[in-house]
Amino acid sequence: MATIAVWIRIDEERVVQSLQDTAERLDGVDREVTLDFSAVHRIDASALGVIVALASVADDKGIKVVLRGVNVEIYRVLKLLKLASRFSFGD
Amino acid sequence: MATREVASLRFQVPLSTESLSEERIAYLERLVRQAKTAAAVFTQFSQEEVDGIVKAMVLAGLDQAQPLARLAVEETKLGVMEDKVIKNMVATEFAYNYIKEKRTVGIIREFPDRNLVEIAEPIGVIFSITPITNPTSTVLFKCIMAIKTRNAVIFSPHPNAWRCCSAAVKVMYEAARRHGAPEEVFSCLEEHTLQDNAYLMRHKDVGLIDATGGPGAVRAAYSSGKPALGVGPGNTPVYLEKTADLKTAVTDIILSKTFDNGTICASEQTAVIDDEIYDLALKKFAELGAHVCSEHESKLLACAVIDPETGVMQAAAVGHKATDIARLAGFAVKPNTKLLITPIQGVGREHPLSVEKLFPVLAAYRARSVDEALKVCIDVNHAGGLGHTAVIFSRDEEIIRKFGEVMNAGRILVNSPGSVGAVGGVYNDLPPTFSFGCGTGGGNSSTDNVNIYHYLNIKRVARRTQAHMWFRVPNQIYFNWNAVENVREFASRSTIIVTSPALEQLGHVDLVRRCIPSGTHIHVSIIPDAEPEVKVVMQGVEALNFYKADQIIALGGGSMIDAAKIMKLKYESPEADLEELAAPFLDLRKRVVEYPTEKSHRIRLIAISTTSGTGSEVTPFAVLTDKERARKVTLADYSLTPDVAIVDPQFVMSMPKGLTADTGIDCLTHALEAAVSSYASPYTDCNAMQAIRMVFKYLPVAYEHPGDEEARSMMHNAACIAAMAFSNASVGVNHALAHSFGARFGVAHGRANALMLPHVIAYNASVPTKFLPSPYQMGYVAHKKYATVADLLGLGGHTIGEKVKNLLRATEQLLDQLGFPRSIADLGVSHEEFERAMPDLTKRAFDDPSWRSNPRMPLISELAELFWKAYEGRGQAKVSLAARERIS
Repeated sequence: MATIAVWIRIDEERVVQSLQDTAERLDGVDREVTLDFSAVHRIDASALGVIVALASVADDKGIKVVLRGVNVEIYRVLKLLKLASRFSFGD
Repeated sequence: MATREVASLRFQVPLSTESLSEERIAYLERLVRQAKTAAAVFTQFSQEEVDGIVKAMVLAGLDQAQPLARLAVEETKLGVMEDKVIKNMVATEFAYNYIKEKRTVGIIREFPDRNLVEIAEPIGVIFSITPITNPTSTVLFKCIMAIKTRNAVIFSPHPNAWRCCSAAVKVMYEAARRHGAPEEVFSCLEEHTLQDNAYLMRHKDVGLIDATGGPGAVRAAYSSGKPALGVGPGNTPVYLEKTADLKTAVTDIILSKTFDNGTICASEQTAVIDDEIYDLALKKFAELGAHVCSEHESKLLACAVIDPETGVMQAAAVGHKATDIARLAGFAVKPNTKLLITPIQGVGREHPLSVEKLFPVLAAYRARSVDEALKVCIDVNHAGGLGHTAVIFSRDEEIIRKFGEVMNAGRILVNSPGSVGAVGGVYNDLPPTFSFGCGTGGGNSSTDNVNIYHYLNIKRVARRTQAHMWFRVPNQIYFNWNAVENVREFASRSTIIVTSPALEQLGHVDLVRRCIPSGTHIHVSIIPDAEPEVKVVMQGVEALNFYKADQIIALGGGSMIDAAKIMKLKYESPEADLEELAAPFLDLRKRVVEYPTEKSHRIRLIAISTTSGTGSEVTPFAVLTDKERARKVTLADYSLTPDVAIVDPQFVMSMPKGLTADTGIDCLTHALEAAVSSYASPYTDCNAMQAIRMVFKYLPVAYEHPGDEEARSMMHNAACIAAMAFSNASVGVNHALAHSFGARFGVAHGRANALMLPHVIAYNASVPTKFLPSPYQMGYVAHKKYATVADLLGLGGHTIGEKVKNLLRATEQLLDQLGFPRSIADLGVSHEEFERAMPDLTKRAFDDPSWRSNPRMPLISELAELFWKAYEGRGQAKVSLAARERIS
């Protein structure tokens, strides 16, 4: 039976790796994936690249990507890059 | 800055992007995308992180100053390698010295006394054009500025300086990345074309264009529709005034003009030298390695280095040595010649060498006077160098000041070299830069030395300012029976009593006269009019002058005391223009006109009120009748406040019933309007509330029993107390309506107020159609204030609405009890007449300053509605209350 939702905590030290791992697990998800950013204080270009790629894959599969616990600074980066609209946000 | 012709060849206007290939567009899009991401990521960096990166970049730039300078000279074939090393060091070390302590992240400046905080916001992606003349130094400088301000930059170097510029970008980028800067924070266009620049200048994700180049580049940047920093062309005059320290001046000018072979656009182009020192100056120039050209050599030079068609310098000469330029012109000079000096007799196309020359050629003009020298400097300034730089060597402060005033230059340098001086931080405290803003004269938006603050959006957090309030009343107020006795306390040589015939007949003047110390010369000035006009007041001023008065005692009602206030004003300040002083204003403390402070006489004003209403004895207002224009002129200033107020009820015992009612309701209106005024404060509230309470209790008694001393005394005090409230909180729309209506139909002020009062209470207690900006009040509270009044009067009610209705009812009952007409119609004014008057009534009411502190901003239509309600009469007032909640 397919997993309906997946909750993944993103590790501050391994943001890129965590996101890549998540992208690989999207096959097992059929509705929603929640990425918990509450331990992430800053995001760099590499992580942004991976998160955009993940969003594209999720779009193709019809999976909703929820970013949880995103701090204001990271949210602002996503807004500046016009990426915020590609995600849902949760506390 | 690049030479004009070199730059203008690069940038054609308008710019077209049509010929760009898809691959090229993809390349440019990638650059912008990367820069945008870098800038977005950069927003997360702290000041400390930024400063760490900047320091590392500066050290890397210093380390590579010489290799980059060498590369620049090799590639561009312009300038002097050693000087370019200095430029690179200035661009790094001096720039760092200027910015290192400055905050560029988060809160950058605080102004606690103004409740203002400035917060830095990065721009994002900057597209930067750099010149051939100062290639590496400009790149180093801009990279450091960009990192300090958390921006990403895409560089577009001059094509003939691409290698050295891209090397400089690489040095900066690698140092920045090693210390944590975002990836791709800098990039450099490769093999670019004008179309690339056009594309990037118009790209939606480019936040700012920083164009350090010639007019073509600057024009293209400004015409792109993007925010742009541009610089203008130069043509720097240098004035050697006869008091100058010639040794320093000559050295500095040679230093400046030969620095990097004159490629800095702020370098001196024409030396305007006073006749007295002209020969000596040229001799000193020659001693230090300059060659003074003969007339023939000057002609050869002009032909060689100035384009005869355009009148601008030839690109072939830019940045070359003096000896090379002489050779180019076809004459020989000594091998060690640093500078060619070419005498000129004027400025303009017929004097080709008077234009900008970015090589070591300096024009020299002999000036026969300071005026001539300044005019020639202005000519040079206007011959292609507006807004840029001007230099003076002088010890005469007056001439230096004048030079500063007449030159249109962003940088006016005194006793220092133009080129290195304008760069800033070396010879003066200007911000170090490699981009000189030239203001509108140079087609730029700024005259600044472009610096970090131009790379920031500065946000201002403006907290609500706690409004400074005040409570001002006369120094001395004497009240209760026989208070007039206190007049004895005031010594005077010559006193004028200003009063009316009626009060003299009542014996009031004698009562006052008996209280004036013996030995005082007393003159009684009888003003027959109930509402004196300007000419009557001026007759009083003549009397004051004639008797050399040092004290006025105003004995009367509001009009008499007001007349005395204006007499005092005109006596002390004869030049005061009453018409101007009565000019409209929105805020008393910010109004345009100023009341006179310089006074030729000083005189004491003692005000003794003989009515219980206006409270003029303590107010800063004076109303004067202008019969010619059928209007009342209101003067308002605390300097009008009497020095001493006497509130003695024995002067009001004989007031007739009608006057008692009129003045009593005027007093109530003052208090009610002050209570709900947007200027109300706890200091005025206590006075207003107390006055209201006293009026409701004692006015009916004083009206019905005129001989009741207690009621008279209390009403007299109430009028003064209410006046203290409205002197500081002002009044409101009721007074605006009453002034307009009273003047038009000749109705006494108190009576006019009474006709409006219930309708205004209902109006102010209703949700405003329009709020009036007022920093003095935290929110709309008029309805609650009325409810508080109702509570104070014990009128009952559970909700604010009920309480306001009860206050309205009590007010109407009081007016009925005092025998006031219930409507304007009752006064015999026909509907047609009133309708005809309405446009004028509303205009005058709206022009009246009284409503400026009203809790609702009255619309003209609302003023008309209020007038019509007053016309129809009491009982029509409807309260659609702002809130129906219970008072907690």
